[in-house]
Amino acid sequence: MNLREIPHQTHESPAPIRAWLAARGWCLHTHQHAMLARAADPATLLIAPTGGGKTLAGFLPTLAELATPGTPPDGLHTLYISPLKALTADIRRNLGAPVAEMGLDLRIEDRTGDTPSHTRRRQRADPPHILLTTPESLALMLSYPDAPRLFAGLQRVVVDEIHALAESKRGDQLMLALARLQALRPGLRRVGLSATVEDPAAIAHLLAPHPAPCAVLAADPGPAPDIAMLDTPQAPPWAGGSAAHAIPSVLEQIRQHRTTLIFHNTRAQAEIFFRNLWLANDDHLPIAIHHGSLDKTQRTRVEAAMQRGELRAIVCTGSLDLGLDWGDVDLVIQIGAPRNVKRLVQRIGRANHRYNTPSKARIAPANQFEVIECAAALEAMRAGALDGEPRGAGPLDVLCQHILIAACSGPFHADALFAEIITAGPYAALPRTDFDACLDFCATGGYALRAYDRWQRLQLREGGLWHLRDPRSARLIRMNIGTIQDSDTLKVRQGRKRGGKPLGEVEEAFAATLTPGDTFLIGGQVVRFDALREMQIEVSPAPKRTPRIATFMGTKFATSTQLSARIMELLTRKDGWPDLPAHTARWLELQRSFSALPRPDHLLIETFPHRGQSHSCIYGFAGRNAQQTLGLLLTRRMEEMGLDPLGFVATDYATLIWGLEPLRDPAPLFDEDALTRDCDQWLTGNAVMKRTFRAAATIAGLIQRNSPGQRKNGRQATFSSDILYDTLARHDPDHLLLRITRTEAMRGLVDFARIRDMARRTRGRIDHRHLSRVSPLAAPMLLELGSVRIDGRAQDKLIARETARLMADSGLAMLQTPRQAQ
Amino acid sequence: MSGYSFSLAGVPLIALGSGALLWPEAGILCVSDLHLGKSGRVARRGDAPLPPYETRDTLLRLEADLEATGARRIICLGDSFDDSEAAHLLPESEKLWIARLQAGRSWIWIEGNHDPGPVSLGGSHLAELPQPPLAFRHIAHPSASGEVSGHYHPKAYLHLRGRRVARPCFLIDSDRVILPAYGTYTGGLDCREPALRTLMRREALAILTGATPQAMPMPLPE
Repeated sequence: MNLREIPHQTHESPAPIRAWLAARGWCLHTHQHAMLARAADPATLLIAPTGGGKTLAGFLPTLAELATPGTPPDGLHTLYISPLKALTADIRRNLGAPVAEMGLDLRIEDRTGDTPSHTRRRQRADPPHILLTTPESLALMLSYPDAPRLFAGLQRVVVDEIHALAESKRGDQLMLALARLQALRPGLRRVGLSATVEDPAAIAHLLAPHPAPCAVLAADPGPAPDIAMLDTPQAPPWAGGSAAHAIPSVLEQIRQHRTTLIFHNTRAQAEIFFRNLWLANDDHLPIAIHHGSLDKTQRTRVEAAMQRGELRAIVCTGSLDLGLDWGDVDLVIQIGAPRNVKRLVQRIGRANHRYNTPSKARIAPANQFEVIECAAALEAMRAGALDGEPRGAGPLDVLCQHILIAACSGPFHADALFAEIITAGPYAALPRTDFDACLDFCATGGYALRAYDRWQRLQLREGGLWHLRDPRSARLIRMNIGTIQDSDTLKVRQGRKRGGKPLGEVEEAFAATLTPGDTFLIGGQVVRFDALREMQIEVSPAPKRTPRIATFMGTKFATSTQLSARIMELLTRKDGWPDLPAHTARWLELQRSFSALPRPDHLLIETFPHRGQSHSCIYGFAGRNAQQTLGLLLTRRMEEMGLDPLGFVATDYATLIWGLEPLRDPAPLFDEDALTRDCDQWLTGNAVMKRTFRAAATIAGLIQRNSPGQRKNGRQATFSSDILYDTLARHDPDHLLLRITRTEAMRGLVDFARIRDMARRTRGRIDHRHLSRVSPLAAPMLLELGSVRIDGRAQDKLIARETARLMADSGLAMLQTPRQAQ
Repeated sequence: MSGYSFSLAGVPLIALGSGALLWPEAGILCVSDLHLGKSGRVARRGDAPLPPYETRDTLLRLEADLEATGARRIICLGDSFDDSEAAHLLPESEKLWIARLQAGRSWIWIEGNHDPGPVSLGGSHLAELPQPPLAFRHIAHPSASGEVSGHYHPKAYLHLRGRRVARPCFLIDSDRVILPAYGTYTGGLDCREPALRTLMRREALAILTGATPQAMPMPLPE
């Protein structure tokens, strides 16, 4: 709880709150007063920096209303929703203390997936005054027929960290749940609490009970942060992401501060950096690592040690982007370019939870190009220019799940449900035809072939009400509520038995590449892969070995459109780069004299020979995902043109393609229509589509993640979602789920929208440079890892070679001489 | 049509890339675990309605195999239907399709654990079919030899440059052949699982299905 320690008039607050403040010599912040004053408004969005007493501001009206003389009335008054389970427990503790000190007789409880079932049953029968929960638990509560009784007295909903929820389908699901609640309780008031964002109006639009508006209240943002690039005696390398050159400077910073958070963009980078930091940690400073793939007990231990103030630094990822009150953090270091300015600002807010003291942050670029990106991000920050991609309309897979949840709670009328759904921000503009398609999907599957309509899942019965045909199917629907997609992961344990020490998880795709004896990093230690048993990975410590590879795909954020534009603008400055380190400025000067610098609204393409192969470097500045897609599309076309491409590599700003024949005229490759056509063709059989389909089909309820009595490795008994995708693509290509899949892939991993924008922006303005050798700007691309090999050779050929080898190795080839049939 | 030729009890057989087994001298084509009508059964159960295209997808492939091999005798090795009701609940168009495939061919439905009773479609219905020196049944008998069976949906995994590829496969040794599942909506059992490992001899082969079937030693548990 955060308050100002200045005496101030507090007469607006009810007596117990006033007395509590007075006893401590505290008073409320302006925005906390404002929240009390607006307590009756239907919807309010509060934007406040970290440490601004945001959560208390959200709860004050509740405390004021419940601080009546005598015992407050029974029943649920306020629902608090947070994206993190851990945060609900944290808030329960932090809110419990002032409530007790005010002498209020209130019950505050949390309810998440971890709450025991008997407690959950009791809570449904006899709810507390304030219930702290997550979007998924709320959706589950709403799926029971007794929801109207449970929420009968509900007055207020507080949505914490709404900026984080707004970026994912969890937010869309939550807004649908709020629409349901609002229908049950028309007088319900909503409050959203948000960190600093680029577009408060967009979040207000999400939260508003349409057509009613949502007011935005902005707290004093506090003093400007003290932020700069980290000084390192050694210049960053040309490529790579490990930032090993920054280790001594980072250690020095840790020594000079109480507690430092060291943010990384990916788990793999965090692991590598942590190991290097530990090897150089001659003073034995207590430093820990925290990220989402580590075992939960290990993460909890780190969090507890942090709260006790025992750690000097934590190497972390987005897992610490949100929430928990870390108290004494006085420095944030961001390793690697932040990819997006908004996240950088929010991370910096993690330093110094005290209002009115500037947060302190340093950025350490991992390579030369990131120096430019960091400089651009710093400029954007100082200019207050945050970025963000608009999310578009609410996704239909989430809507399908919502319709199924509604059916679980009881029979519904389609018109009434539609009217309710369009009061939710993400679905305010939902066409009725889309709703009807989703309803049809839930009821019958929505297939062009109506083979089994007798057994549809939802049935329209007398009175125009939709019912679950078999009420028992509600159980399966409830078990699969939620929009979070776990990628397939396997647990890693140290030691043989099931009781072995859990270390964390790795992705199945990574696990599949391991052979016994391989070493990798997890939780900062090097381990040796011993065996894969019962879907668990058994490892033993191998501290002396060099890790073969670090482990996680993780989320790879692409550099935002706005930041990319700023980088281009920075590159083309006429007066040079006085703000950039000298080595970076020299590099850019060299590029300008040898070739050219990328210009806004132009597409720079360099072609040059290198090691006997023709190279083409396309500076699209479209972000990693789009540049990767561009590489796949262009190499396909180049193969058709007979240029024999051999491979490519993509970064956030460019794609480098190499092949046997030089590219003489690049312009036809970038025709927008041709690119779109190629993309459609290429997508259909693509693994990205299958992955996206699996997520959409799971959320929409076609595929169940959980089923009663399922064995952990039961996945072997069921057929894969790829088969469903292939079957639909072959027999029903216009099906709703394929439509959803295409839309999501285009703006997600494929990110074709940015390729199209780039093609439009630069049409007819291609700066093509034929060079005699690699340019300074392209040189680091040659060092990039993760190149994609183009091989016309099909999987079958690879299989033929591998099976032949296995036959020969085993000696079986000698025993049998199979004949190939005609 | 490509296939992998081998012999069982002295009978030359061909494992086709589609997952069907051809006995050329007898003009017999054998397929296992079609699981026709699976989407219907799932819908009856009240679960999410699966795309109802698996029956036509399976029949399309079977039709292609019949035409390519010219087989006159068809043996469906059991679990041809996802349950006993599935057969008569198939859409009329799909029943007619099956009848069309049966015309001019001898057709045998061996019973499986999913479809133990007789089916309402044409063809003979048998618990198992001795066809010396071979015997056709749904679930393998550990002590039998010259046996052709299905049931397990065997699948093998290969590591290819960091990618793991799974393919349905035939399992072959000197006593028996176990067929992969032919139906579209069928998962698979890793052939390293004890259920399959104990049935097969140590030197057993796995024949991977695909455009060109490929033989490899049957993988051992790690």
